Amino acid sequence: MLHYYVWLAARSVRRNPALTALMVLAIGIGIGASITTLTVLRVLSGDPLPQKSDVLFYPQLDPQDSNDYRPGEEPPNQLTYVDAMSLLNANRADRQAVMSGGAAALVPDKQGLDPFAVDLRYTTADFFAMFEVPFLHGSPWSATEDAAHERVVVISRELNDKVFDGGDSVGRMLRLDDHDFRVVGVLDAWRPNPHFYDLNTGNYDDSEDAFVPLDSAIDLGMGRHGSMDCFGDEPLSPDETLRSPTCSWLQFWVELATPEKQQAYENFLVAYSEEQRALGRFERPTNVRLRGLMEWLDYQKVVPGDVRLQVWMSFGFLLVCLVNTTGLMLAKFLGRSSEIAVRRALGATRRSIFAQFLLEAGAVGAVGAVLGLALALAGLAAVRLQPVDYAELAHLDVWMFGAALAMALVASLLAGLLPAWQACSVAPALQLKSE
Amino acid sequence: MDIQPILKTLRHQKTAALLIAFEIALSCAIICNALFLIAHRLDRSNMPSGVAEAELVRIQVGSIGEQDDDNARIDEDVAGLRGIPGVVSVAAVQQVPFGGSSWNSGLRIAPEQKNSVVNATSYFDGGGVVRTFGLELLAGRDFTADEYVDFDTLFSANGDQSRLSSAIITRSLGEKLWPGENPLGKAIYLGKEPIRVVGVVAALVRPSIFDDSLAGYSAIYPVRGAQYTQYVLRVGDGSSDAIIEQAAVTLRELQPNRIVLNTDTFTELREEYFQQDRVMAGLLVAVIAALLTVTALGIVGLASFWVQRRQRQIGIRRALGATRGNVLRYFQTENFLIVTAGIAAGMFAAYAINRWLMQHYELPPLPLHYLPIGAFALWALGQLAVLAPALRAMQVPPAVATRSV
Repeated sequence: MLHYYVWLAARSVRRNPALTALMVLAIGIGIGASITTLTVLRVLSGDPLPQKSDVLFYPQLDPQDSNDYRPGEEPPNQLTYVDAMSLLNANRADRQAVMSGGAAALVPDKQGLDPFAVDLRYTTADFFAMFEVPFLHGSPWSATEDAAHERVVVISRELNDKVFDGGDSVGRMLRLDDHDFRVVGVLDAWRPNPHFYDLNTGNYDDSEDAFVPLDSAIDLGMGRHGSMDCFGDEPLSPDETLRSPTCSWLQFWVELATPEKQQAYENFLVAYSEEQRALGRFERPTNVRLRGLMEWLDYQKVVPGDVRLQVWMSFGFLLVCLVNTTGLMLAKFLGRSSEIAVRRALGATRRSIFAQFLLEAGAVGAVGAVLGLALALAGLAAVRLQPVDYAELAHLDVWMFGAALAMALVASLLAGLLPAWQACSVAPALQLKSE
Repeated sequence: MDIQPILKTLRHQKTAALLIAFEIALSCAIICNALFLIAHRLDRSNMPSGVAEAELVRIQVGSIGEQDDDNARIDEDVAGLRGIPGVVSVAAVQQVPFGGSSWNSGLRIAPEQKNSVVNATSYFDGGGVVRTFGLELLAGRDFTADEYVDFDTLFSANGDQSRLSSAIITRSLGEKLWPGENPLGKAIYLGKEPIRVVGVVAALVRPSIFDDSLAGYSAIYPVRGAQYTQYVLRVGDGSSDAIIEQAAVTLRELQPNRIVLNTDTFTELREEYFQQDRVMAGLLVAVIAALLTVTALGIVGLASFWVQRRQRQIGIRRALGATRGNVLRYFQTENFLIVTAGIAAGMFAAYAINRWLMQHYELPPLPLHYLPIGAFALWALGQLAVLAPALRAMQVPPAVATRSV
């Protein structure tokens, strides 16, 4: 029976190629647009560290004075140096790291290479283990080097290739601004998306070229990237702001393996905040947060609003395409009323007529899916040409590939439902009489 | 034209007619909102900056290693840049409109005030900002030479903030701080010391616009040698490329050990800043075009089918004396009725979508004049799409009525 239906469908396509092409086109364009925008949304709202995101947390405190206090406000997004270091040294989490973005001029030894600007991350020892950063050579620095403010550096694979022509460059010296740093580790390729640990330097930014102990960078007055909020009336010079208790500019992450530890850490944050209030440093009511990684990304609204808007737009468009296809199918199916009447008169049941037309709708969907996939690939190629930081991430994966096929089939079957129903409701006697 | 027979016929094929009306309604709702979004985005990307953008060039340098004397360095750079032929004037400033990073402070209008009135951006004018930017001074004056203060003397542990005594603010900031009053001579407070407003400029946009309604809140202070000082060159109307190149050379000659980080014209800065908005507007245009095409093709397809099905009826009508024009108008009127029904429903849907957008994307309400624009576009589209099938219907000869299939 299926053979016969396929044969009927093929015949119907041949009889009405323009109408069929129109349906395929409508489904294809609708699916292409939806899959393109959905893929971008999926890439942007992805989990940067799937294996660890549920044990990483971002503590927040409110150290501000009582000026400009509005009850119910969220605490600042970053910590002051004083608080970050207190929490780091309290060592209450499984792992913890303080960090900020920065930049420096790299002066290469290599002949024929001019000085160039590099993006840096100033952080503390646990950063690498906590975020499972892969090492090609060497290892992270340790808490001892942090404490001694040592001038050591971990560099990215890319920078290693550029400055040292690849290879194991552990022990070599790297000149950043006017200072020599000893290379202790070389990373393998690492680019978590979004750039979750610091959303100030671009939500989907590439990871940094080199990593330097935070205190060493502050000592040397190296350039800082990101945002800084200062409160209070104290006039501070840029250098003084860095270790000031009134300027928040540092990100702080902790790893807490179990819910008990998370609860204990939250209690610790409250206790710390209360203690600072008792000392007179914090003037506002205790206001702490301990958001998990994904919750933090959500709270920071990392996925651009425009991307969501585009998804809604493409679905609206798909809906119009579906209604359009339904109308066209109706025309096409009812155009064959006489054929239906003859088949019904010869004994075909309503059910078999319905099945036959639904199969035809499915066939349109299948072809539409292929067209939609081609259009989605083209659409994503266009997205990659956009000057946005997530451009190079926009690729179709297996899941979206499957989603495209499923969506096209479901869409075309939905579109075919009403026309097929109407077709199988054709009254054979009436139809044959009128012909 | 009598619409009774049309309505009667439509009742016989209400499913198809309803489908078209529904499609029109959806398209109408989406198109009205998309048009509005496009206008909103383009408006935003044309936001006035208050500066003479066409004549300005920004140069940002990064130096390797510590600077011995920032102010002397900056004076030397400014003098060198001013010497380049074609350069009208030069300003040293720590941030520029549409430049991205910015220094912002909460402003108070009384020393004992607990909460600030407004958050405004602070331009630190190292000399020549008003003149070079081409700001329109509405009242008051530019800074005098003795008003300039060194950044380091203001901001340090033993800094003396009383040295900073004057500011120039934008008209909108003045209006926000003292509604309905003349801001000249009034005092704003960053710390405990009063800073007098000595000038009011028409407009000066923030480097980074996180909220469109706060975009114009800028204050200029006479502060030299701030961190991240960059240079803005006013180059007149001529080509800026040669001047930019020369400027980079001059700066490197003055101090070889540094990197020229960025050189941009303000046209480029604006373009880059609003790139997302323009991309989105372009996408919306594409969506509208695609919607109109799909809808038009759908109408052509269904109308053709109707014409084909009704060959006999058309023939009978022709045989009973209907003119070709009657037949043509019949199909045109039928399309008009269906599209009108769709538009009517589409208006409500457009309003509903706008409500939703207002909630989620902080958009203003949809101005009512977008509704007739969308309606007119769809009426025109409907008539255009039905024309070819209707013309074909017009050609049906009366003799068809006499033939039996």
